[in-house]
Amino acid sequence: MSDNKAALSAFREEVSAWMSENVPSDPGFLLPLTFLEVGTEQQLDFLREWQHKLWSAGYLGMHWPSEYGGQGADPSYQYIVDKELAKHNAPIIFNTIGLNWVGPLLLDMGTDEEKAKYIKNILSGEEIWCQGFSEPDHGSDLGAVQTRAVHDGDDYVVNGSKIWTTLGNYADHMILLARTNTNTERKYDGLSFFLSPMKIDGVEAHPIRKVTGEYGFNQTYFTDARIPASCLMGEEGGGWMVAMKTLEYERGVTAGQASGYWGVTIQVDDMIEELSKLEHDGEPLLSDPVVRDDLVGFIMEAKALSLTGRRSGIPALTSDYPMGLALSVKYRGTEYERRMKQYTASKQGAQSALYVGDADAVSGGFWQRAYFSNFGATIGGGTTQVQANIVAEHVLGLPK
Amino acid sequence: MSVLGNVSIRLTEEQGMLLDVARSFVRDRAPIEAVRAQLETDTGYDAAIWQAMVDMGWAGIALPDTVGGAGMGVGSAVPVFEALGGALLGTPMLSTTLAGQLIWRAAGESAAEWLGRLCSGSVGTIAYLDHADWGSANLGVTLGTDGALTGSKSFVADAGVADCFAVVASDGGEPVLALVERSAMNDSALSENVLIDLTKRAANVDLTGVIPAQVFRGDAVAAALRDTLLIGALLTAAETTGAAGKCLNSITEYLKTRKQFGKLIGSYQALKHPTVDIYVGMENARSFVYHGATIVGDEVLDQDAEIACRMAKVAADEVMVFAGDRSVQFHGGFGFTWECDSTLFIRRAQWAQQMYGGAIHHRKRLASLLLDS
Repeated sequence: MSDNKAALSAFREEVSAWMSENVPSDPGFLLPLTFLEVGTEQQLDFLREWQHKLWSAGYLGMHWPSEYGGQGADPSYQYIVDKELAKHNAPIIFNTIGLNWVGPLLLDMGTDEEKAKYIKNILSGEEIWCQGFSEPDHGSDLGAVQTRAVHDGDDYVVNGSKIWTTLGNYADHMILLARTNTNTERKYDGLSFFLSPMKIDGVEAHPIRKVTGEYGFNQTYFTDARIPASCLMGEEGGGWMVAMKTLEYERGVTAGQASGYWGVTIQVDDMIEELSKLEHDGEPLLSDPVVRDDLVGFIMEAKALSLTGRRSGIPALTSDYPMGLALSVKYRGTEYERRMKQYTASKQGAQSALYVGDADAVSGGFWQRAYFSNFGATIGGGTTQVQANIVAEHVLGLPK
Repeated sequence: MSVLGNVSIRLTEEQGMLLDVARSFVRDRAPIEAVRAQLETDTGYDAAIWQAMVDMGWAGIALPDTVGGAGMGVGSAVPVFEALGGALLGTPMLSTTLAGQLIWRAAGESAAEWLGRLCSGSVGTIAYLDHADWGSANLGVTLGTDGALTGSKSFVADAGVADCFAVVASDGGEPVLALVERSAMNDSALSENVLIDLTKRAANVDLTGVIPAQVFRGDAVAAALRDTLLIGALLTAAETTGAAGKCLNSITEYLKTRKQFGKLIGSYQALKHPTVDIYVGMENARSFVYHGATIVGDEVLDQDAEIACRMAKVAADEVMVFAGDRSVQFHGGFGFTWECDSTLFIRRAQWAQQMYGGAIHHRKRLASLLLDS
């Protein structure tokens, strides 16, 4: 145990030294706060190069098998790298859908051919992945997916449209949930899961502008797009199960992600540091008893998240609701972050009204943008309200 | 260094066993009917159950073996209190444990005889509050030159059954710990409180003219008092977290069986989502409580331990008040009746939220600990 501890601590030092040398400095243009807001070619090129550099150094997907570009290491090594990335305020590792959802899914359920074909390029950043689950009329209600895939010779012909396709305009591949059968008793049984190419005729991604003013997601249109039948993952009609497994990785219910560093880490300490620079009624903001009490609340929430994460590794303290802590982590974490960022953005006096681009904005409008950006976390991957239903039904056993 | 400070949480094998044993003990010995049978008795507890707890070593669980305790530390008391809270079981365990902590921390081996009595089942209690303010000095009872006390204490838990009173008094403005035998008081010294929680008992105690059997002085007294109040907050939080877990069970059971408008009411999101918030709040409180169990030891409490105790109390109070309140509401007309266990939960919530300081007491102190250092 202590040998292991010593090895990890030596590794932390090694990584920290590497980061001090290699984390790129401010490129002089705005970088996205999360993988959901990669909106320009300039950002894309910069982030792709950075991911490639991290992977080449052996610091990405460390716990993935070495035959597929990983290091075959213990997950604690990648955890250390992720922590150091945050500590060094590094640019994000952007190919998140590949790294954290598709990669672990393929390692878990994919064929050897699929693993060999896709995984290494996910890690190197050579191939970008996007996700085609939600549709304009069906966001969290995935069972109602209507995009059609019709088997025709060696291909499936796809028609329909997907929305909120993060990275869709840059992606090489999409994990696509489409309906292959419209005549099933249960709507879920007509769905199939594809590892679909994006850069083919009949597929178009149209960027959508967000509340932050940035781009990053798209509406993706399929018009008689022909994708090879070999892109089907699993059985035809077995797509629902694969999609649900994907969501487990997306929501962090199941471990195996290549890097947790998909967004700029914003902690309660950052909030306090920012608020400590501000004034209210001519006094330091942090001397205001109401603000102080609010901050106690935020610190307690952050501490509870940290403690509860650690407690989830103690079986005797999780046996009452075995899946409860994992299934509620998105519900607890993303809402806390949204409120924390909103709070900080709104305690700046008149400067609260300024946004990114104004020279007088507090920290360049960082908190305002971070607050808006955070809706990606409370909505994406199943809204908070859907998460509450999941916890109610799957943890507490309440009826649908 | 992060403002989050120490975030360690572990469960020793001993604590894990105690959690199992205590949970099966209350399952066997304290079904809700047995708890209800004590609601309107004078003592508020079943002497046979208390004796069984004493026999298992729980009365002295956090006291060292040199004075007859189990020597397992404050952290080992946490799972036991969580289990007792889960059953809403009335016992003099909290009073006795905390009296033991105060006396041990202030006097050590020199109070071995008193501590030994507590370990073998004599009920002990702390007489602390002058009136109602957990945050004031509470030095209104004075020790005179004649060796007698003057003044009275409020809200002394389990006073009606206690043999040993650990009285916080003033000797010329300095806090002292005066140990008083029940036999040294008049019959009329106690006037029982009408408590909101019917599983608990407390009384006001008139100490005027009473001669303490022993008095302890010095810096150790103030430190012991400060730490015992924090440990009181932690153990109350453990008990409250257990109660919140039980309250959550009772809500979900009802939501799974009660139908209205042709549907199980648990399918309505207006009931479902607040129930999820109770669940999440309970899990958070549990994390704080076991974090406290991890870092609070026999030594003087450091800043991390102080923060842990205060946060545990705030988190447990918050979820229990919400859970008790929603439990009555979600049970509808039945929830409003005496027969519904929601009655016990909401009353426990209202009792616990003040015990060893309420939310504003602890949050105010947390603000200084977290933001001014």
